[in-house]
Amino acid sequence: MGPTRRLLPYIARYRRSFGLGLACVLVTTAAQLTAPYVLGRAIDDLTRGVTRTKLLFYGLVLLGIALFGGVFLFLQRSILIGASRDIEYDIRNDFYAQLQKLPLPYFQANRTGDLMSRATADLNAVRMMIGPSVMYLSSTILTLVVALSLMLSIDARLTLIALIPLPLASVSVKFFGSAIHRRFERIQAQLSELSAMVQESLAGVRVIRAYRQEGHEIERFRASNQEYFDRNRGLILLQGFFFPSMTFFLGLGALLVLWLGSAAVIRQQMTLGQFVEFNSYLVMLSWPMIAFGWVTNMLQRGAASWKRMLEVFDAVPSIADPEHPALAPHASGDVRGAIEFRHLTFSFGQRPVLQDVSAHIPAGSTAAFVGLTGSGKSTLLSLLSRLYDPPPGTVFLDGVDVRELPLAVLRGAIGLVPQEPFLFSDTLASNIAFGADVAGPRPDRDEAVRHAAAIARLDKDVAEFPRGYETMVGERGLTLSGGQKQRTALARAIMIDPKVLILDDALSAVDTYTEEEILSRLRDVMKQRTSIIVAHRISTVRDADRIFVLADGRIIEQGTHDELVRMNGQYADLHRKQLLEEELAAS
Amino acid sequence: MAHEEEVLGKAYDARLMRRLVAYLRPYWLQVVIAVIAIIGSAAGQLAQPYLTKVAIDRYIAKGDVSGLLWIALVYLAILIASFLLDYTNTCTMQLTGQRIIFDLRMEIFTHLQRLDLRYYDRNPVGRLMTRVTTDVDVLNDLFTGGVVAIFGDVFTLAGIMIVMLGMNWRLALVAFSVLPLVVLVTQWFRRNVRGSYRTVRGLIARINAFLQENITGMSTVQLFRREAMNFDRFDAIDREHRDANIASIFFYAVFYPAVQLVGALAASLIIWYGGMRVLAGGLSIGALVAFLQYSGRFFRPISDISDKFNILQSAMASSERIFQLLDTPVVIQPPAAPVARPADARGHVVFDHVSFAYNDQDYVLRDVSFEVAPGQRVGIVGATGAGKSTIINLLLRFYDVSKGRILVDGVDIRELDPGDLRSLCGLVLQDVHLFSGTIGANVRLGNAEIDDDAVRRAVGAVHADRFVGQLPEGLESAVAERGSTLSVGQKQLLSFARALAFDPSILILDEATSSIDTETELLIHDALRTLMTGRTTIAIAHRLSTIQDMDQILVLHKGQLREAGTHQQLLAARGMYYRLYQLQYKETPQPTAAAE
Repeated sequence: MGPTRRLLPYIARYRRSFGLGLACVLVTTAAQLTAPYVLGRAIDDLTRGVTRTKLLFYGLVLLGIALFGGVFLFLQRSILIGASRDIEYDIRNDFYAQLQKLPLPYFQANRTGDLMSRATADLNAVRMMIGPSVMYLSSTILTLVVALSLMLSIDARLTLIALIPLPLASVSVKFFGSAIHRRFERIQAQLSELSAMVQESLAGVRVIRAYRQEGHEIERFRASNQEYFDRNRGLILLQGFFFPSMTFFLGLGALLVLWLGSAAVIRQQMTLGQFVEFNSYLVMLSWPMIAFGWVTNMLQRGAASWKRMLEVFDAVPSIADPEHPALAPHASGDVRGAIEFRHLTFSFGQRPVLQDVSAHIPAGSTAAFVGLTGSGKSTLLSLLSRLYDPPPGTVFLDGVDVRELPLAVLRGAIGLVPQEPFLFSDTLASNIAFGADVAGPRPDRDEAVRHAAAIARLDKDVAEFPRGYETMVGERGLTLSGGQKQRTALARAIMIDPKVLILDDALSAVDTYTEEEILSRLRDVMKQRTSIIVAHRISTVRDADRIFVLADGRIIEQGTHDELVRMNGQYADLHRKQLLEEELAAS
Repeated sequence: MAHEEEVLGKAYDARLMRRLVAYLRPYWLQVVIAVIAIIGSAAGQLAQPYLTKVAIDRYIAKGDVSGLLWIALVYLAILIASFLLDYTNTCTMQLTGQRIIFDLRMEIFTHLQRLDLRYYDRNPVGRLMTRVTTDVDVLNDLFTGGVVAIFGDVFTLAGIMIVMLGMNWRLALVAFSVLPLVVLVTQWFRRNVRGSYRTVRGLIARINAFLQENITGMSTVQLFRREAMNFDRFDAIDREHRDANIASIFFYAVFYPAVQLVGALAASLIIWYGGMRVLAGGLSIGALVAFLQYSGRFFRPISDISDKFNILQSAMASSERIFQLLDTPVVIQPPAAPVARPADARGHVVFDHVSFAYNDQDYVLRDVSFEVAPGQRVGIVGATGAGKSTIINLLLRFYDVSKGRILVDGVDIRELDPGDLRSLCGLVLQDVHLFSGTIGANVRLGNAEIDDDAVRRAVGAVHADRFVGQLPEGLESAVAERGSTLSVGQKQLLSFARALAFDPSILILDEATSSIDTETELLIHDALRTLMTGRTTIAIAHRLSTIQDMDQILVLHKGQLREAGTHQQLLAARGMYYRLYQLQYKETPQPTAAAE
């Protein structure tokens, strides 16, 4: 009950709809149960002889009742199911809002597909629980109570006898339901086994072909496939019993009524009309008996799905605004851009990534980081924007611990260009203005987009795109090359006019000539700002004010290009190799 | 990709349907049994109202209580028979469905095992998996839940009509007069629901696409403080989805009451017109009651049929994709009359003016010629993209050459059975692919001829016994998914053991570049030496030690063979190999060499 209680606030918001909807259920059920009564009276009158007008009257009453009940059936469905759609919408929005608050590590630990299925498939199961289930459950219970009392009033003994098989039907729903559920789970388990086998086999296609294992793989698949079939057979043989036995038990009830009811009519304990009426009620009761098992199933699934959604709702947004933000600076514009790492040690779980890193980057200067893949450069820079949280007292912006700055101020001051940038399925202009649009519509947007694109040397490429800056890019648009993506991301960062610009190996897919052009244009823009460049090419970093060499999470060398070359250490080695490489490429 | 696949096609496509029905053919006996059972149980469903009629007219009217017992017994017999028929029908049909699913899966998987690697290049594994799993499951719904149930519904409907006509044809026609209304209502419903179903599916696809994109790019969203703005966008799609759903509720909310209303109309007509016939003496009261009961059961099959529509629609889309896969031809086939593999296969390899392009004109190999004598060791070096892996792919005939030819022991490999060709070769890839199962099973794969002893010898010869021996169950230890519990070096050693156990004449090796701890490095070096003994070896070489030992080194550059010779010869030539060697393989800095 605990987790389900947390749905109540959503339901409470639409309590009027639920109240109205349930009232409609009441009216509909009442109307539907009136029809057999009218039918019964009509039959009775027929046995006694009746006028044609009276017959017409009965027909019209039946039609009137159906019309009246139909209107409320319409309202009932519209109101209750509509409310469930409203709630679904509310929950989905809240779910998405929660996702936006969660930090990067959360998305690394949880697969995208899994989160998506919680927002869609699970949410749908929750909706079924609060919409259709409520509707069917209430109408089922009402029908049960009212029909039973009407039947009792006609003939108490016959009612009790006719009802003997019904609990059997309910019990069989319950019994088969849980057994079917278990077998179904075993089938699902085998299906994921089968999928894993197929995945493994398809991914290893080269090894399989080279070692002529096609036949063996087919046999392995056959075994897995056969197991899947066998488990399905187990379910089918059981499930095959389910509906026929329902029909059987319900038929048994009808049999008893037909036999004993007819006898009662002969003994004049009830009229023929009442007999027909009684029969109709019995038919109406059979549906609730079936629906009961079905609704129970829907409720169980809904509760399980809601629990899965709550796991996401309950995840703590660990990287959030500080409770007591530092007083200054108030806005990103006030940031000067001095950066300091102070004895920073950082691990992912048990794996240390950075060890005792200390570096000071004065406001307005250019710093560069070089080092092998995995030496910790990207992690170091991610900590600055708090994509991961650094330990307290280790990373500072303008002398203030980044953990004490409002996220909006911190992130607004930093323009981060990653090596593998993420572009959205939108126009090129919208992708470039991605961060700038936040401030609201600005009149010179197009101008600013063009300017940023020019600095990033994207302008020439855009000239060749079919619709210029309005070209759709991303998954369902034009596929950009790696270099074009990187330059778009650079333009995107320039657009927000950051005080600190970070290029995290951000020009790796751009050719050397264009890279130099970009760097020289950037120099003008970055005069009053701090820039941090991560690169593998020496040519990219050689002009930096200070170069840091990282290895295994530690800073092992630092200085200007000339100082480092003279030092004849790792940096100098890298420098030599690259000169050779250039020579080779030229050959 | 996922949402593109949700695009719905036609609900019924005769060509696809014929092809699907062909899968039923081997099970014609089961189908016949199921159809007979369906007809029988549909007849059983007609029993109760008719028995009611008999009870009223024949026994109640005459006050014959003992005769009622007979009615009850007949009814009981019918109930039991219906139960048995229903059970037979459900089980036979669903089991047949499962057998067809089984057959179809086997067919798809077998075809995948034969399809060219080009096909794999174009289709990601995830998509191919969907064909084998999800798409086939959708068809299962068609066999088990949809089509067969429609048969049952049609028989029930026909049965009811026949009985009603038999009891009183005039009243039957009066009752049937409401049928056009049902058809109209159903068609109105189906047309509208299909449209709104599509709209809703489209919106769900958009929600999924939005979520997929924004969850993947969440850190970009957060870094650029777009949360509020993107929330508004999500809200807009979500709202549209809600509104589309609420709009579609209308159709359902009208449909069900409308069907009920038509039912009530039929009942009213029966009471009014039938009542008049009763008064006129042309109809018994029992028949009237039976008519009323039949008319209540009349409408369920009709609304059922419209429910089955969606099942049919998605089944068509899935089968279209499945047949597309099955219809993809296999290009690399064994020749009609394969040349027998030379009995004294010694592993003589010749590349004769070979050119190759993965796509039409982008040649990754141009006019490459070289010869490897039996037992010789050849190393291939070159920068990324020089065409090294392509040489391996062509030699194993994963792809066919575009120009030129490849000879193994004097025979063009296109004239050999690919299986024969591959059985000459042992392949060791950089990225070792391990299968779930035991360590031993990963060495012998499916080759029953390699017994436990042979596995043990191979594992020992490549020094893999050191770590295998430390595992609790030795060779019987389970390998976790993709070998995640083993180190890179350990996986390498296992793949060496695999190659050794298969005892190939030609060893094809793509050395791993990843860094490995020194101790394992030494083991690998030694294991490689064992592995190469007495075999023709073609290796993409990354290790200093491997390269220097080679009899011949080929230097590839942008798809062309630029230099060939021994390590010493090539170093002396001071050409491309010399520079590559400086760049890639020399680990200690040598300023003097660079200065020259």
